[in-house]
Amino acid sequence: MPADHPRSDDDRPPLVEAKALTKRFGSYVAVDGIDFVVSPGEVFGFLGPNGAGKTSTMRMIACVSPRSDGDLTVLGLDPGQHGAEVRGRIGVVPQEDNLDLELSVWDNLVIYGRYFGLPLPEIRDRAAELLDFAQLSDRRDSRVDPLSGGLKRRLTIARGLINRPELLLLDEPTTGLDPQARHLLWERLYQLKREGVTQVLTTHYMDEAEQLCDRLVIMDQARIVAEGSPRSLIARHCTREVVELRYTTPADQRDAITELAPRAAELGATAEPLPDRVLVYTDHGDDFVGQLVGPESSLPSTHPDSVLVRRSSLEDVFLRLTGRTLEE
Amino acid sequence: MATTTAPPPGIGLVRYARREAQVWRLLWRGSVFSGFVTPLMFLGAMGLGLGELVDERSGGVAGLDYIVFVAPGLLVASAAQNAAAWSLWPVMGGMKWMRVFHAAAATPLRPSDVYGGFIAWQAALTALQAALFLTVAAILGGVPSPWGVLAIGAAVLCGLAFMAPLVAYTATRDDDSTFPVIMRLVVLPLFLFSGTFFPLDQLPGALRPIAWVSPLWHAVELARGATTGSIGLGAAMLHITVLGAYIAVGWAVGVRTFTRRLTP
Repeated sequence: MPADHPRSDDDRPPLVEAKALTKRFGSYVAVDGIDFVVSPGEVFGFLGPNGAGKTSTMRMIACVSPRSDGDLTVLGLDPGQHGAEVRGRIGVVPQEDNLDLELSVWDNLVIYGRYFGLPLPEIRDRAAELLDFAQLSDRRDSRVDPLSGGLKRRLTIARGLINRPELLLLDEPTTGLDPQARHLLWERLYQLKREGVTQVLTTHYMDEAEQLCDRLVIMDQARIVAEGSPRSLIARHCTREVVELRYTTPADQRDAITELAPRAAELGATAEPLPDRVLVYTDHGDDFVGQLVGPESSLPSTHPDSVLVRRSSLEDVFLRLTGRTLEE
Repeated sequence: MATTTAPPPGIGLVRYARREAQVWRLLWRGSVFSGFVTPLMFLGAMGLGLGELVDERSGGVAGLDYIVFVAPGLLVASAAQNAAAWSLWPVMGGMKWMRVFHAAAATPLRPSDVYGGFIAWQAALTALQAALFLTVAAILGGVPSPWGVLAIGAAVLCGLAFMAPLVAYTATRDDDSTFPVIMRLVVLPLFLFSGTFFPLDQLPGALRPIAWVSPLWHAVELARGATTGSIGLGAAMLHITVLGAYIAVGWAVGVRTFTRRLTP
């Protein structure tokens, strides 16, 4: 495993730097002039709904898609001039697995290593290490085709590490996996982070971004709408807590909102109606509930069917910033 | 530490071709049938069975025993058919179904390396199959001249002349709906009417120009010239030039279509 990677708080130059980065396909603008910087040792995330431009951005960083405009350097190099060189020094885990299904787990690693021109003995040593890391050693000689989605994903990640990359790109690493497989994968990615491997990942899962990312940008409609650590984004764009209220019928919800909204404002909270529930952003959820919707409340029509007070999340940040939920 | 420079073009091509070789090591049985057993069955049926009739009735074809006439035709036509089949479904597999081309393009390999390596592997396989076929044909009396060994080159050129443009074309497709049409309406007629089984002058005059532009006809002429030791240098150069043009133009287009598809 790479152990010689620096931590994020040094002053080495950034691994990725984008200024006004733009990608157009014909008249469609997939990425619209975004700026970001990825520092050595950090895990950097692109969070956003499908179609926000995350994958197009990742493909430009991976040097498999020329930029239409703006500036981009990866490992200090211009992908347009030094694409093959950059690709030799990064690792890529694409959104869709593209493994060699007929070949064995082992052969997949060896063949991929050869694409990098690595000497065979080195590939073999590295592949054995990576099988261990991905907990696939007992599947060494299995064909890939019948493996589960989680195992294939782990193999794709192991494959992306064959060249000891200075930067690992993961495009929606856990999409389509069951919860158990996701947690195992998160644990492996966290392990990589501890070893100092810089990672850039995209996700449309808020919990994934919160779990993995040191810093992230939220993308919506080809632009970056916010940037920061998960905690700072929540602090800046949301309240500490969120109260979720559910009502029996849409009419009940409408009546409740009318009565609640002005009282909430008095308490420094805001109420936001969604199709199926009302979200109340407040720093003191329990106080709000006690005064306005609890059993002692003086407003009978605001009594909801269910009340949930929870910590606010990146999902709430996204909703506050874009007015839409992340669900497809 | 990983390599930090781009591979020279030839090296990248070989690196990708080795992936195809590795897959073939697992799945070689099918290709032995299509590349070796099938043309041998044709050689038995046409060269020996039908050939005996032809030789008895009309004293051979174009002054040759029929097996001598048809062996180089079968050699090259088989290379063409295998090349065409290789250029269609397997390319769709690499581009869309399994996306292994995309996997390779994410490494220091370039789209041109993937395109070239994919074709180069099948060309190498064609050379091997041609050598085996020629050996058996020689034992059966179908290869009178020692120059016949050069027919391996004709088979490889023929395969390349089919693959270079067809692989380029397939990279622009989103599904395989046109592939059976190409096999039936392009490859099969060329297989039958490119001087493979009977001389071109048996064709109605209006159809002959089609054969003249067929890469298969040029390769058949080249291979037959080699196995019979009868071709002149000028004619050989002409055929090689036409085949070379198919390869060069196809290759230039293929590098573009692969680049556009793999690095949009």
